[in-house]
Amino acid sequence: MSARDVILARIAARLPGDATARRAAAVRHMAARSAHVVPLRGAGDSGHRITLFSKLMIGVGGTVDQVETLDDVPRAVAAHLGAAGLPPVLRKGADETLRHLPWPRPPGLPLLPAPADPADHTTLSMAFAGVAESGTLLLLSGADNPATLNFLPELHLVVLPAARLHGCYEDVWPLVRARFGDGHMPSTLNMISGPSRTADIEQTIVRPAHGPRDLHVIIVLGA
Amino acid sequence: MSSRAGPGFSLRVTSGLNSSEWTGKTKHLPEMRLVPRVALFPTCLVDVMRPAVGFAAARLLEQAGCAVTVPEGLTCCGQPAFNSGDRKTARTLARRTMARLKDFDFVVIPSGSCAGMMVQHYPELFAPDTEDHAAARDLAARCHELTQFLVRVIKVEKLAAEFPARATYHDSCAGLRELGIKTEPRQLLRQVAGVSLTEMADAEVCCGFGGTFCVKYPDISTRMVDKKVEKIIASGADTLVAGDLGCLMNMAGRLKRLGSDIKVRHVAEVLAGDHETPPMADEGGDAA
Amino acid sequence: MQPESIRFKELAARALADEPLQRSMVATGPHFVLKRAKARVALPEFDELRDAARDIKNHVLAHLDVYLEKFEAQVQAAGGHVHWAATAEDARAIILKIAAEKRARIITKGKSMVSEEIGLNEALAAAGHDPVETDLGEYLIQIRGERPSHIIAPAVHLRREQIEADFRRVHDQFNPARDLSQIPALVEEARRVLRQKYLDADIGITGANFLVAETGSCIVVTNEGNGDLTRLLPKTHIVVTAIEKVVPTLEDASTLLRVLARSATGQDFSTYTTLMTGPRRTGDPDGPEEFHVVLLDNGRSNVLGTVFQDMLRCIRCGACLNHCPVYQAVGGHAYGWVYPGPIGSVVTPALIGIENAANLPNASTFCGRCEEVCPVRIPLPRLLRHWREQEFEKHLTPPAVRSGLWAWAFLAQRPGLYVLAMRLAARFLKWRGKNGRIAILPLASGWTRTRDFPAAQGKTFTELWRERQS
Repeated sequence: MSARDVILARIAARLPGDATARRAAAVRHMAARSAHVVPLRGAGDSGHRITLFSKLMIGVGGTVDQVETLDDVPRAVAAHLGAAGLPPVLRKGADETLRHLPWPRPPGLPLLPAPADPADHTTLSMAFAGVAESGTLLLLSGADNPATLNFLPELHLVVLPAARLHGCYEDVWPLVRARFGDGHMPSTLNMISGPSRTADIEQTIVRPAHGPRDLHVIIVLGA
Repeated sequence: MSSRAGPGFSLRVTSGLNSSEWTGKTKHLPEMRLVPRVALFPTCLVDVMRPAVGFAAARLLEQAGCAVTVPEGLTCCGQPAFNSGDRKTARTLARRTMARLKDFDFVVIPSGSCAGMMVQHYPELFAPDTEDHAAARDLAARCHELTQFLVRVIKVEKLAAEFPARATYHDSCAGLRELGIKTEPRQLLRQVAGVSLTEMADAEVCCGFGGTFCVKYPDISTRMVDKKVEKIIASGADTLVAGDLGCLMNMAGRLKRLGSDIKVRHVAEVLAGDHETPPMADEGGDAA
Repeated sequence: MQPESIRFKELAARALADEPLQRSMVATGPHFVLKRAKARVALPEFDELRDAARDIKNHVLAHLDVYLEKFEAQVQAAGGHVHWAATAEDARAIILKIAAEKRARIITKGKSMVSEEIGLNEALAAAGHDPVETDLGEYLIQIRGERPSHIIAPAVHLRREQIEADFRRVHDQFNPARDLSQIPALVEEARRVLRQKYLDADIGITGANFLVAETGSCIVVTNEGNGDLTRLLPKTHIVVTAIEKVVPTLEDASTLLRVLARSATGQDFSTYTTLMTGPRRTGDPDGPEEFHVVLLDNGRSNVLGTVFQDMLRCIRCGACLNHCPVYQAVGGHAYGWVYPGPIGSVVTPALIGIENAANLPNASTFCGRCEEVCPVRIPLPRLLRHWREQEFEKHLTPPAVRSGLWAWAFLAQRPGLYVLAMRLAARFLKWRGKNGRIAILPLASGWTRTRDFPAAQGKTFTELWRERQS
């Protein structure tokens, strides 16, 4: 017998009920996708979600900006980099929405293709979704928004259309299933709630640890 | 739900397994001038170390209109065996105890630890659907720690006692977490003329007694009681009060060894206004 | 590392005398308690979520084989490999084989208690690989050759001065005159050193907090981002995890995640919660090319269907450690193996045998604070008591305790004798007293070495009661 069969047989022998009934119960549970207890705090209109998301994101050291339309994003990016005295160079993936934004002509704001390079200072990603209840961004790996962009730079910029900001995690999972098919996922799905931090020395919170020093979210109200 | 009829009055009670909330007619007891028959289970430690606690408890119960009996033939509730992994002995002692307490309307114990044993653990000792289990559940429904009984069952609102003390209350673990005792002793202490309450930090953290723990792991126990003593002293209280004699002996023992003059008393003594008995581990000795 | 749990008393004595450790425990312990309390107050549904979390884990354990098979199928469907390991040795062998095939030199590692459980670092090093822990706390203890002393804060026992000394010893590439007196400088230096390790690594190994059966995803939670860099940069990613971590759906995982960070650090959500599903896909510019999951049993399946089953609900948040007065007094190393604190005292006997860990279930006052804060409501005191029962049944209880218990039980079952004994005791404990207290008491020297023993009043309560009644 393989280790797999030994382990599974040992488990089966110790569980109550017969295997068929057990299987049926598990299938029912998975099909039901019950939401259990969903905190009320995320419930509310878009304005409430934006307020809560921003409060929580800022509370953990992130920064949040709001712009009216997607076309405002390049200007907001340039302004943010300028205000921080950072070089106007960005790396981003092949995301269609980001690509079609009115970026200034080179050498205005050079856009480097992904994946990230360890020397990158700033990267830009498009969020798949946001979750207000914990101030969390969801990003999907792939050519559009490679996952290394989320971790290697000093500054990670993320565009979050307000329409993609949901109240709770349970609001987002159906969208993931719709995008990839039931049971399927991108290679990496990142849920990010602030810039990298550690409290491993004397329980003192220090930013950053290994990931970005700064996380800046640009919420697009009209998208 | 279990129901139980005593001579002269009947009560409907909820199960005491998870909560000792009483419903039905209980709250009308005083108006009905009924005299509940209460067994006072003194506990081994009160019996040997500090009878004054037993008498204070009896006085409080009598003032509350109860007929108090100390049943014959009681020994120990069996907790030391239960906590040492000896279920067989624990069961034997539980059966003895249940038999001797079966004819009372209530069983009241001046200890959260022993009350927790009867309320929470006796039913665990026996297989469901056995006579013993039924007896354990029945006892659990009638069994109360002293302050909880006075507040929740009798609904005492005014105590006659007077006791000048700036007191801080330590929440003993079993009472707090097995029986949910938190507000009751404080509510009663506030009714005593002369008592002012001051909360210590970490009042809910264990003092390090833990029954056999304090002799099996004396060094760890000492470190725990040191942290506790630090908080007691920082509270500015002149009197430490708690509801379990084991914890009190531990804290008193450390306070006195360190030369502190903070007085240590069981909550029953303060509630009954017992000034005569010297505080624990303090000058004087016998006051009986 | 060999378990040393049997030496708990000796290790605890050493810990109590360890000044830096004691300073660390006093300085950090209250943080965790305060943060969790705040998070609980901030979320009205918190306790209800704990009930739901408990129910989910109970459901999983009752259908464990089905969910493991589903998880395996989904990992494979996503292009990953699943390896089953019945024992720690099997798990090491599986990982060593992959490492050998890849001719791996540097192997970066995300924090994993299972990796500690199977002694992976020693095995990798012995086989000529260079395992590098990347969680800052794990890195700190790795360079000291220590075990983690806490489930989520492995270096909670260390003070910054010790860490500064270690960095000066190990990081000899930097200017010896650099200022490392402040914590941010230490973190920055570790960031620089470890960033290069991520880039140079051939394999990344992480643990997992949850495994999602529905999607075949391994969920890894960190605040530092080290788990992600460990996964994303090397060509091969190995997840080493245990069978009880599977959950059915993304919704189930959401409920558990809601209670995990709040219980652990008081955060609403950890900074990085990552669902890792298979290797990189066609067209992906980054991510591992190969993805392996090692599923460890190592005694867990033996716990199913026993009175100890509830321990398998544990999600390793560390709240029971943070709230345990015994853990807070002696720290994690005294427990002598991988899992410290109340959950460690329950899990360790199951994994290494009660005969090798008998002290652990006894080193508790049953104060119940652990159960009070457990996000999945594990009845820890009850499980500790069950271990004491096993110990008693197997005659592992120390002879002195056993004979004491026997004598006490003998008396307690004979009321006539009991009454006499109590009367004698009351008189002896009065006679022995001076100024209301006893300074030295035979058979209780553990008590009287540091504490007075209050004197008794001379007669027993029952004796006086009967006198007054007559």
